[in-house]
Amino acid sequence: MTERAYDMTIGLEVHVELLTQSKMFCRCSTRFGDPPNTNVCPVCMGFPGSLPVPNLEAVKLGVRAALGLGAKVNLSSGFDRKNYFYPDLTKGYQITQYRTPLGQDGFIEIAEPRKKIRIRRVHLEEDTGKSIHAGDDITTADYTLIDFNRSGVPLIEIVSEPDMNSPEEARQYLEKLQRILRFAGVSDVKMEEGSMRVDCNISVTPKGSDRRGTPVEIKNLSSFRAVVKALSYEFDRQVAALEAGESILRETRHWDEAKERTHPMRTKESSEDYRYFPEPDLPLLVLEEAFIEEVRRTMPRLPDEIVAYYKEKLGLPEYDAQVLTLDPNLSSFFDRCVEQGADPKMAANWIMGDILGYMNRQGLTYEQIPVSPENLVEMLGLIASGAISGKIAKDVLVKVIETGRKPSVIVKEEGLTQVSDEGELLAIIEEVIAANPGPVQDVKNGKEKAIGFLVGQVMKATKGRANPAKVNIMLKEKILS
Amino acid sequence: MELWELGAWDITKKVKAKEISAQEVLEAHLSRISEVDPAVCAFLSVLEAEARIAASRVDAKIAKGEDPGILAGVPCAVKDNLNIKGTACTCGSKMLENYISPYTATAIARMSEQGAIITGKTNLDEFAMGSSTERSAFVATRNPWDVDRVPGGSSGGSAAAVAAGMSAVALGSDTGGSIRQPAAFTGIVGMKPTYGRVSRYGLVAFASSLDQIGPFARDVRDAALFMEAIAGFDPADSTSAERPAVPWSKRLDRPVKGLRAGVPKELLGFGVSEGVKSAFENVLSQMADLGVIIEETSLPSLAYALDVYYVIAPAEASSNLARFDGVRYGLSKRGKGYLDMYRETRAEGFGPEVRRRIMLGTFVLSADQYDAYYLRAAKIRTLIRRDFERAFQTYDVLLSPTTPTVAFKLGDESGDPMTRYLADVMTVSANLAGIPALSVPCGFAEPAGEGTSGRELPCGLQIMGKPFDEETVLTVGYAVESFAREEMEEKSALMRRNLILAKECEPVD
Repeated sequence: MTERAYDMTIGLEVHVELLTQSKMFCRCSTRFGDPPNTNVCPVCMGFPGSLPVPNLEAVKLGVRAALGLGAKVNLSSGFDRKNYFYPDLTKGYQITQYRTPLGQDGFIEIAEPRKKIRIRRVHLEEDTGKSIHAGDDITTADYTLIDFNRSGVPLIEIVSEPDMNSPEEARQYLEKLQRILRFAGVSDVKMEEGSMRVDCNISVTPKGSDRRGTPVEIKNLSSFRAVVKALSYEFDRQVAALEAGESILRETRHWDEAKERTHPMRTKESSEDYRYFPEPDLPLLVLEEAFIEEVRRTMPRLPDEIVAYYKEKLGLPEYDAQVLTLDPNLSSFFDRCVEQGADPKMAANWIMGDILGYMNRQGLTYEQIPVSPENLVEMLGLIASGAISGKIAKDVLVKVIETGRKPSVIVKEEGLTQVSDEGELLAIIEEVIAANPGPVQDVKNGKEKAIGFLVGQVMKATKGRANPAKVNIMLKEKILS
Repeated sequence: MELWELGAWDITKKVKAKEISAQEVLEAHLSRISEVDPAVCAFLSVLEAEARIAASRVDAKIAKGEDPGILAGVPCAVKDNLNIKGTACTCGSKMLENYISPYTATAIARMSEQGAIITGKTNLDEFAMGSSTERSAFVATRNPWDVDRVPGGSSGGSAAAVAAGMSAVALGSDTGGSIRQPAAFTGIVGMKPTYGRVSRYGLVAFASSLDQIGPFARDVRDAALFMEAIAGFDPADSTSAERPAVPWSKRLDRPVKGLRAGVPKELLGFGVSEGVKSAFENVLSQMADLGVIIEETSLPSLAYALDVYYVIAPAEASSNLARFDGVRYGLSKRGKGYLDMYRETRAEGFGPEVRRRIMLGTFVLSADQYDAYYLRAAKIRTLIRRDFERAFQTYDVLLSPTTPTVAFKLGDESGDPMTRYLADVMTVSANLAGIPALSVPCGFAEPAGEGTSGRELPCGLQIMGKPFDEETVLTVGYAVESFAREEMEEKSALMRRNLILAKECEPVD
């Protein structure tokens, strides 16, 4: 394959909306989904004479993000104006951090291959309004509607170094980034709601070349899947172009989700000059060491730390630890089960198996775990004490979810208690032996496997309520003695 | 004495003592406006109905024995780049000709709380860019001392209103001299406070790091009183300082004996006319008689102040004025696409001087030019600040003429922009350094190069002080104005009487 003869280099720019109540520079609400142009004021609408006042909570969350990504927090940073014209940009400039970012020199570690992706900078800025074009884009639309509710919502931009070499590495980086920011409580990081937006830079060079390829930017990526597909498509496109002796244009390309291809948006050579300069309406952003320490002290635990804890202290395998730390709601659910006395491995199995399975089928999110830790722990207790079998427990769990009643109540009312009473079992076992002379003979002849069939028959006769371990022992005793 | 001849100090005193009512004071001023403004063209809009409500409220408070505030009943005109909710705020531009403010500036809210009566919005050079008020998109304001001359600018409407007796005090904004220069040209007091002293919230920005709101008045005490009402920290302006207002108006008569005043020689080198120079020297010798120690000094970086100003101010303006895009408010031309909308809106909405400065600013901020212009200017600005800091280790105040010449004739601004920009040489450095600066009348001079017409026009003394030391600046100003108080009052009274005979001005084409 010719593709093997090329390397790709990927860098990512990720914009994330911060979980603040109010906007970056005014007191308007950041609530998502309100009627258009209802959360606005002279400041976020860019009315003449209005002035920005920075939101301290946004600064706090920005510092938390920087710390969570292992970045250095700059004690003195500042705001700059990025000047350009676009109808959803109210002031004709965006307030951002250009010269000195809030945080710099961080990293994210990915698993396969295990490596560190360096993060160049983490900086604060404000979001623009949202344009809704009556057509494909602003140049061809009949008209464009603008919702300024999003104008001024606080963002952080996280810029990686070009340290990724495959779409798969990019996906891992994004997943890890998403998990870190979620656990840190910085953002809800939902690509589908636009609270996480990803732009990719990709360049392609012949293997072994020490020259950088021409970077191409890809925009309009609405899911991790789209990121992977777009990067793969773009790699193939650029390789084909290089093979054909064409040069790669430095440009921004738009990912067309429906056609699964990229097409050019504008070339970078003729791109705008943003005329950055220090924002004169705001003083320098000077943080005290104590402020940063306070943010560090109150920082929620992050996935890597939790994974290590699950493995080392709770004895969970790597896979279980990773799945349970996909989301803070999930891991805190698990933590509460363990706190209430559940066996960690048992709890992990039930969460990853039956509970996540149920949630998947019903399309529930991690905020909507359908059972309480108390009920799960109680059910695990019923299994451990032998009161119900694991098989029965699966049905009990569904009933707990659907009725919200306690497992012990369901088991009692529906008579699902496991039969361990030897007298009761002995009568059934004798009936099964009498009814199945063939398999009984097989067992006598040393065919151990035949015992399984007989256990099954006993379980059937008890409607699953018999204790299978006990039945096994009793059958062997009865037949072989 | 007519009611419109009273100053702010006397008005509040009499209103509070129930000698006169706020409503009587207001009516006297409204009639004065309708009588002489056709000849002066200081006002773009007169807020009669709103003012009458405000005046009756002040009177009601006094009747009920409540505190009506330190500006109770004082009529005040406001430069038309300050927002007052529900009223027009044109900025002297076609861009905002039909714009109605959705909110009120902090300084306006504060003076209203103190009982000031806002009588109207005054003319200005478009978006405060200019020094003659001829660059308004609507009308050229006249100098009440000679209606064929400019009142200065950009706050020319506010200055002319106060000088002509149409308003006891007025509010302006000063980015490079836009309060002090028209104050000097019209023979009144004008102050640019320390940067951060008065909230800029609600002032339509020209150059954010230079703009300050400040008062016009007919004497220093009225200016000080007005300052007390508008100064102080405002959480809505991140650049406002956490410094409370000072009762300046009660601390003016401290002796000035032993104060040290420096005269930067760099400010006297730029084409200062003979008449202005001799008025200035005359004031210096009278100050020396009072025991002020006066020395020539040098702030070498001031030689570059004008160049630095004409990089930084347009740079910030080019960005501040980007919001006028036809999308949300103001003039909106609908072209074929969104780029046409921008081009047509901005070409029709902005006048030539505004367009020139936007282009200048856009150029100096462009990636290729940034280091050579903006960055270098920012560095020299730091040097200018340091030169002032050094000078203020020795001197309590620095003195210069406010302007190199007296008021020039209407139409003179049409020439080479560079020559016009040179006229700002005395005033811009106070904005670059963020220090307080006051212009007080210091006598009269004949216009240079016009033969011996015998016509004399007022000129101003500029007093610059340490950051947040408005107190010393005002104290020195109070002493200086006493030198020529009688001459000033006599000539002003005559000027105001003659205004009624002046011809009506015509709108600009």
